[in-house]
Amino acid sequence: MRDILNAKLGRRSVLGAGLAGASMLAMPSVLRAQDKSLKVGVYGGFFKDSFDKNIFPDFTKATGIAIESVAEPTGEAWLVQLEQAAKAGAAPADVSMMSQVAMLKGQTTKLWAPLDAAKLPNSKNLIENFVNKYPDGKIAGIGAVSWYITLVTNTQAYKEAPTSWAALWDKANADKLGLLALVSNSFLLEVTAKTFMGGTKALDTDEGILKALEKLSEVKPNVRLWYRDEAQFEQALKSGEIPMGQYYHDVTGLAASQGSPVRSTFPKEGGIQDSGCWALSRASKKTEEAHTFINYMCQPAIQATLSRKVGTSPTVKRDLLDLTAAEFASVSSDIEPIIPRYDLYQTKSDFLNQKWTEMIAG
Amino acid sequence: MRREPPQRLADYGPLFFPAGMLTVFFVVPFATMIAVSFFQREQGGFYTPAFVFDNYARFLSMFFGKVLGFSLFLAVAVAITCVVIGIPFTYLLSRSARKIQVVWLVALLSILSLSEVMIGFAWSTLFSRTAGVTNLFVWLGLMAQPQALTPSFGAVMTAMTYQAFPYTVLVLYPALVRLDPTLTEAARTLGASPVKAFFTVVVPALRNTILATLIMVFIFALGSYLLPQLLGRPQHWTLSVLITDQAIYQSNMPFAAAMAVFLVLVSLALVGLALYAGQQRQAK
Repeated sequence: MRDILNAKLGRRSVLGAGLAGASMLAMPSVLRAQDKSLKVGVYGGFFKDSFDKNIFPDFTKATGIAIESVAEPTGEAWLVQLEQAAKAGAAPADVSMMSQVAMLKGQTTKLWAPLDAAKLPNSKNLIENFVNKYPDGKIAGIGAVSWYITLVTNTQAYKEAPTSWAALWDKANADKLGLLALVSNSFLLEVTAKTFMGGTKALDTDEGILKALEKLSEVKPNVRLWYRDEAQFEQALKSGEIPMGQYYHDVTGLAASQGSPVRSTFPKEGGIQDSGCWALSRASKKTEEAHTFINYMCQPAIQATLSRKVGTSPTVKRDLLDLTAAEFASVSSDIEPIIPRYDLYQTKSDFLNQKWTEMIAG
Repeated sequence: MRREPPQRLADYGPLFFPAGMLTVFFVVPFATMIAVSFFQREQGGFYTPAFVFDNYARFLSMFFGKVLGFSLFLAVAVAITCVVIGIPFTYLLSRSARKIQVVWLVALLSILSLSEVMIGFAWSTLFSRTAGVTNLFVWLGLMAQPQALTPSFGAVMTAMTYQAFPYTVLVLYPALVRLDPTLTEAARTLGASPVKAFFTVVVPALRNTILATLIMVFIFALGSYLLPQLLGRPQHWTLSVLITDQAIYQSNMPFAAAMAVFLVLVSLALVGLALYAGQQRQAK
C-alpha cells in the first residue's frame, strides 16, 4: 500500500496538481464556460419537490443553465448559514428564496448582492411591494412567490369551517390548536391586533404590543402544540390529533386534494400574507446566471404555473395572468390580507422575542 | 518493563495527535463561543466584535433562571431514573445466561442507532390519542376512551430516559460483571436477604461507578433540545431549546453563546461538586 502511494503520488505531482487546481480557481471564466450552472435554495420538502418537477427542468431547457436545487430550512436558519458562509467567502446556494423577515435582516448586513434592473426586464411585471430595495434604491431581492397562512381545520373534527380567527380564543377548542412557536413566523400578534384591536397599527407602540400579547396569552390553554417543525403539525392535523391551527394555505390545499380530511379557511379578518424573494448571496460568483434565472421566474406564465402546481399566490400583476377566477381563488382571496409588521421584527426583534417567549413558556 | 518518565520531546509524540484534535475540535470552538458571547448584538442584523456584558446581563433574569432551573432538574431527574432502573436491570442481566445477555445488549445498542428525531416522533405517536397506546388500553377494557398522553412532563421524561438508558447500562455493565460474586455470597451466608445484600453490598461497592453514571447521563440529558420540544409544553422547554431559538431563528449569536457558556459553567460546577462530595465520603 505504502509503495503504491509513494510511486503514484510523489511530492512533485501533488504540488503540480495543486498548482493546476489553483490556476483553475484563479480563472473562473474558464470554469464558467465549461459548465453553466446555478445553485438555487428553495424550502425543502414539498416546495423543493414541486420546483424540481415543474419549474427547473423547463428553465434548463430554455437557457442551458443547469440548476442544482438546495433544500433550505424555513425560518431564519438558512439566513444564519448564508451569512456565516458569506463571511468565509462561500455560498451554499447562489440564489435563495427568502421570507421577508430573513430578507430584511440580510439587507441590514448587505448579505444580498444588489441586482441590476436592466438585466431583469420582466421584473416590471411585479406588484410593486414585492420588490425589495436597499435604502439607496438598489434592488436587493425580487418577489418569487407569496403565500398565505390561514386557519386550518380537520374536516372530521369540525363539520363547519370556522369563519374568524376568534375561533382560536374559543373556550370550546381547549387543547386542540397547533400554532407556530416563534413570534417572527407565526405573526399571531398581527392576527390579534386585526381581530381585536382594530388593525395592525395598534402595534405601533410598546403598550400596544404588550396589550396584544396579553390578549394572545388567553389562547394558551387551547394550544396543544407550539410547532417549529411543520411536519409535526401537518401530520397531527391530518390524523385529527390536533384538529385546528394555523398553517400554510398551499400545503393544506395540496393535502386536501390528495384526500386528507383537512381544509384551509380565509377568516373574515384575512389570511396572513407572507412572501418569498429571490436573493443573491454576495459571495456568489454566478451573477449572470442568477439574473437570467430571476428574470425567467418573473414571467407571468411561470407565475401561473407556480399557482397551479405549487399552490402559491402570484407576485406579478393579476391582469397579466391567464389564471381563471377559480384558479386564482384557490391560491388567494379577495379578503384583504393581514400584512405582517416586518418593520417591528427589524427594530424591536429582541423585545418582541423576549416578551413572546415569556408569554408562551412563562 | 519499567515505565520511564518521558525524556525527550519525541517521547511525548503519541500525545500530539489527541492534543491536536482536542485543540481543533474543542478548545478553538469553545474559545470562539466565549469570545462571541461578549460581542455586540445588532438587532435586525448580526453582531459586531466588541467586549460587552449585555448578553450576560439579559440572561440574569427570573425567567431564564427558571428555565435553567428546570433544565437542571430535568437532567437530574433523568439521570436518577436511569440509574434507579439501570442498576437492578444490569445486575440481573450480568447474572443471566450469556445468550440472554447478548440479545439484551444488542437490543440496547440498536437504540443508539436511532436519531433523536426518530425517538421523538415514535414516542409522540405512541402517546397520541388517535394512534397511541391508550387505544390498546381501551381495547383491553382498562380505559373508557383513548386520550393523548403528550404533551406532558411524563412524555418528556419517558423519551429522555429511553434515550439515555443504553448508555447507563453500558457504563454499569462492566463494573457489575467484574463484581466479585463471593461478596454477595458472604452476605447471604451471614444471613442477609437477597434484597438486603444488594443494597448493603452491591450498591456501596459500585459507588464510584454509580456516581460516574449519574454524571454522564446528567450531561447527556442537559443537552437535549428536541425531545422537550416534541413532547413537552412550552414550560417544559429546556435552556437548550431557547439557545437554539436564539442561534437559529433569531440570529442572535452573542446571546445564544452567553447562554451556552452559562450552561457549561453551571454543569461543570455541579459535576465538580458531585466529584468533591464523592471524594469527601470516601475519605471518611
